[in-house]
Amino acid sequence: MNRVASIASNTFREAVRDRVLYNLIGFALLMVAASLLVGQISIGIERNVVINLGLTAVSLFGLVIAVFIGIGLVSKEIDKKTLYTILSRPVRRWEFILGKFGGLVATLVVNTFFMAIGIFAAVFYLARHFQHADAYLLVALYFIILQFVLITALALLFSAFSSPLLSAVFAFALFIIGTFAQDLRGFAALVHGVPGWIAIAAAYVVPNFAALNVISTVAHDQPVAGSLVLYNTLYALLYSAAAVAAAMLIFEHRNLK
Amino acid sequence: MPAIETFALEKTYTVGFWRKRPRCALRPLNLAVEEGEVFGYLGPNGAGKTTTLKLLMGLVYPTAGSAKILGLPVNDPKVKAQIGFLPEQPYFYDYLTARELLQYYAQLSGVDARDRSRRVAAVLERVGLSDVGGVQLRKFSKGMLQRVGIAQAILHDPKLVFLDEPMSGLDPIGRREVRDLMESLKHEGKTIFFSTHILSDAEALCDRVAILHKGELRSIGVIADLTSSVRGKVEVTWQGNVIPPGIRALNAECHQTGEMARAIVAEDQLDSAIDALRRANLKLVSVTPVRATLEDYFVEKLSPAEVAAR
Repeated sequence: MNRVASIASNTFREAVRDRVLYNLIGFALLMVAASLLVGQISIGIERNVVINLGLTAVSLFGLVIAVFIGIGLVSKEIDKKTLYTILSRPVRRWEFILGKFGGLVATLVVNTFFMAIGIFAAVFYLARHFQHADAYLLVALYFIILQFVLITALALLFSAFSSPLLSAVFAFALFIIGTFAQDLRGFAALVHGVPGWIAIAAAYVVPNFAALNVISTVAHDQPVAGSLVLYNTLYALLYSAAAVAAAMLIFEHRNLK
Repeated sequence: MPAIETFALEKTYTVGFWRKRPRCALRPLNLAVEEGEVFGYLGPNGAGKTTTLKLLMGLVYPTAGSAKILGLPVNDPKVKAQIGFLPEQPYFYDYLTARELLQYYAQLSGVDARDRSRRVAAVLERVGLSDVGGVQLRKFSKGMLQRVGIAQAILHDPKLVFLDEPMSGLDPIGRREVRDLMESLKHEGKTIFFSTHILSDAEALCDRVAILHKGELRSIGVIADLTSSVRGKVEVTWQGNVIPPGIRALNAECHQTGEMARAIVAEDQLDSAIDALRRANLKLVSVTPVRATLEDYFVEKLSPAEVAAR
């Protein structure tokens, strides 16, 4: 596990020293600041607007970081031949994949932490004090992190066998489809016969990003059920584990030309 | 026990998107490199040298055959702990300093935490980079990156070092430094397997060489034995600043300097050359055998059509 930790820590260091990351975080915080302005012209629902826009900015920018760093995790190392000097050491291919995944997830958690400070600062600025419902923001942020874990696992899976461009297209496409996963399940329930079975299979195979989006709920100061937290945690962890395991399996058999 | 052994090791890639077709990168290769040997793996670009190294490093999987390093299968972690590898034209993480990079590789190689800093400092000193150990690699020149590459390959004190074109892209001083480093590794008893297309490097360093062309092993052996098999040439020198027609007729390589002239002819043309000088009333000064170089042997091993095609 030491080798996995070393690779994860190097991946984290690589991401942290990348200027693009700071630009994206800066832009997300700018969006949070902009939500304050929009909030001022939305009489009576300032808090709702600030939370909605702020969390959406965190989610979207985090997603962009996860996909764009995630798809390059493997391909960049092959292109630059840095992978050759790693795999010629006593490092197994699955350890490399797991380390890369761990490093990027750690990066995203730290990013989300800093962006979350921005949102809490904005919320505090509006009311000049914190209230009990602000704690619900933590649940929304936790679900956003689960989304990042899922999308990182998928980006890593695609990058284990395809080009960075295709991997980005696949990952974004799955995110968009997954955002409408509930609608897809509703549609599947209406179709019968073989097409119905196919629709149900497709609806359950795509990652359910919709279930992980509680931004609107917390923006209306509504609590999130404990059972949803548990189910979403299990779902995201199992789905990500399956995607990372598939990435490891594909990478294990890949010729590194 | 040989340090490296391959048993009909073969690699065929599939190329093309719609119409997939096989492209043979390495034909069945049987090779044995002894421990402590400096082994040169020679061939023109595209001969299959890098493919062989990737197969030995476990980066690509063979289509058929197998290989062993230090008596174990190539992917065994025990093997990986005892080898160092420098890829061709290496490129490392831009955002790390040379010291950080080597610390990272030391961790991955399982170097003891207490010993890491000392090892990193020693290897930086050895490759002449101790002054710039704290500089980020994006500020390094190509030659400095090559030295970092060598440093990471020998950092964990491996028994066996694989170097893919280690002199590639280096200036004459850099090449000399790498050559000296390889000689010092040899004196430490390390086995060195290095690929190159620069024959003078191989001639200066190797105990044995193998010549590969179009994925096929053309010959293997000690350089002196290989070059002795090359058809001999002699240099004929005579007095007088004239090239007689009889010498020209031999298609010899001729040179004129001051009052002397010389021609390099094949051994079996020597009598004809001397006859030609006699007919032209020119005074023979000397006949000297010309030592065949690895380059002569290399060119001879590639068929004339292949040489012309290059």
